[in-house]
Amino acid sequence: MTTNILEQAEGHFEMFQVLNEEGEVVNKEALPDLSDEDLKELMKRMVYTRIFDQRAVSLNRQGRLGFYAPVAGQEASMLGSQYALEQKDWIIPGYRDVPQIVWHGLPLYQAFLFSRGHFHGGQIPEELNVLSPQIIIGAQIVQTAGVALGLKKKGKDSVAITYTGDGGASQGDFYEGMNFAGSFKAPAIFVVQNNQFAISVPAGEQTAAKTIAQKAVAAGIPGVQVDGMDVLAVYAATQEARSRALNGEGPTLLETLCYRYGPHTMAGDDPTRYRTSDLDDEWEKRDPLVRFRKYLESKDLWSEEQENEVVDKAKEEIKAAIKEADDTPKQKVSDLIENMHEVLPPHLKDQLEEYREKESK
Amino acid sequence: MRELTYVEALREMMSQEMRENENVFLMGEDIGVYGGAFGVTRGMIEEFGPERVRNTPISEAGITGSAIGSALTGMQPIVELQFSDFITIAMDQLANQAAKLRYMYGGKGNVPMVLRTPAGSGTGAAAQHSQSLEAWVAHIPGLKVVQPSTAYDAKGLLKAAIDDPNPVIFYEHKLLYKTSSEDVPEEPYSIPLGQADVKREGEDVTIIATTVMVHRALEAAKSLAEEGISVEVIDPRSIVPLDEETIIQSVIKTNRVVVAHEAVKRGGYGGEIASMITESEAFDFLDAPVKRLGASPVPVPYNPELEKAMTPQTEDLIRAVKDTLNRE
Repeated sequence: MTTNILEQAEGHFEMFQVLNEEGEVVNKEALPDLSDEDLKELMKRMVYTRIFDQRAVSLNRQGRLGFYAPVAGQEASMLGSQYALEQKDWIIPGYRDVPQIVWHGLPLYQAFLFSRGHFHGGQIPEELNVLSPQIIIGAQIVQTAGVALGLKKKGKDSVAITYTGDGGASQGDFYEGMNFAGSFKAPAIFVVQNNQFAISVPAGEQTAAKTIAQKAVAAGIPGVQVDGMDVLAVYAATQEARSRALNGEGPTLLETLCYRYGPHTMAGDDPTRYRTSDLDDEWEKRDPLVRFRKYLESKDLWSEEQENEVVDKAKEEIKAAIKEADDTPKQKVSDLIENMHEVLPPHLKDQLEEYREKESK
Repeated sequence: MRELTYVEALREMMSQEMRENENVFLMGEDIGVYGGAFGVTRGMIEEFGPERVRNTPISEAGITGSAIGSALTGMQPIVELQFSDFITIAMDQLANQAAKLRYMYGGKGNVPMVLRTPAGSGTGAAAQHSQSLEAWVAHIPGLKVVQPSTAYDAKGLLKAAIDDPNPVIFYEHKLLYKTSSEDVPEEPYSIPLGQADVKREGEDVTIIATTVMVHRALEAAKSLAEEGISVEVIDPRSIVPLDEETIIQSVIKTNRVVVAHEAVKRGGYGGEIASMITESEAFDFLDAPVKRLGASPVPVPYNPELEKAMTPQTEDLIRAVKDTLNRE
């Protein structure tokens, strides 16, 4: 009997899809109400981000960038969800979620400085509602409950969205964050980008649950499994979660099924040790850019020229951003001491003077 | 002057601050109608409502992480962690998050959070509800650590902690909640963090004691005075930042020093204070080795006799002072 209940429950978590792999609309009712301009903008952003990823990987290999977690394969999941937000909404990213905060407004050169560990990379511009990417797996999820609580308390008509991966969903913080936000009906959206591997551990070994979306049930909030290679599905699901949050109906969990083409990070991970090329091929058939391109072409909204324009623009802007990062003054020890406390404690005053003196020579 | 208990002083300060500042709110387990495990927030939900006195799920990482998240949006959360032993469950959010966010945001982002939490033994609460783990957090750059020993200090230090734009861990002591000070002003006042208090002046030996140990040191000093030994008692009040100057000047004057805390001696913050003294100009003035007192390295026993035996008592302080004087 218990098995039946579980099976019945799991049956409710079927993957939500709008466009199939051929770029055909399979769920007309769910097709989001987006203008042609919006559709083209989404495509531009995905193409741009794919180029950004290629450049970042290559700059890292040249030793010109530091920490970087590749994003290719996750463009629909990342950018479809971000596109459903408004500027006043807050993004609380994990370390891979740099594209969302860049498209929300973080200057690209600061994203590069973040990768290099320069403090200016962590200095989020005053009016921009994002936090700096979280490094500890899952820690951002409980913080998101608090950000959402703050927005609710201050009567802001906005939501907080956070991202983690399939591995992050195994952390206690994942449940605590959802439960906490649920209990206060805080306007939060929890996105688990299930890219199939937590470094080397396959999602199927991460949990006995058939879907991550079903974990929402325990927290008493809706959970939806979305085709994370389908930008329209991700957009529509996020938009619905956002409306619920703004209506005071509380948080939603979204599981976006996607794939990370590259390594976990550029710090020496070799995916061939834990993934077969067959699996890579299988997922590449579902590629978010290919699928959406087909859809737009069928509507006469996209051409090779348009794509090349975006590619050229991306390359140019990335080059300029790297130059701006290179031109940023190097950080000094005194900067780091000053950044620690709003009011410098006595024991650091001596250190600060010591370093200022050294640096003035 | 007005007599107020430690609990009343804390509650009064939080209430005064919340009346003045809409951004300040409380989060914690059972802090609503129940009034908190030690009654500190009693009556507050009636005045401020459930949005500002938030009863939370049993979820220490959740409470602490949410406090941090709300602080980043400009709120000023005061978290009540029901027992300071539970800081272990909130440790990632404290050590890796609260402490480091301002630094990692290049100075552009603050966590103006106060985490209030009761520590200490002496209530028969046994191994998992009686520890003094202040050295754990004091070790983390970016966290400030406060330990008031009187009602007067509790009110003034809490004001300073709330006003501080960086995270502050505010240790209360279970045995002190019912103690009172006779001179607690009704008006809000602030005691700067990093300012020690000389609780008793003396000439022969300095005792540096924290939280409940301050009271045992004062008892010891009183008793030693009858034997003609003059003891100075210093309460650092905050261990991060630490008022080194007051300690150093006292040691230069007395030439002898005992450092006492309730936490386990091994790895306790007393070692840090002792090292600080020996690295300072006071070293040349020492006439005896620095004496440290702390708890035995054992889990806090449930049995009240054993519980008492593991932590330094007044007699131990008297013995230690005499040791530094080479007296029987």
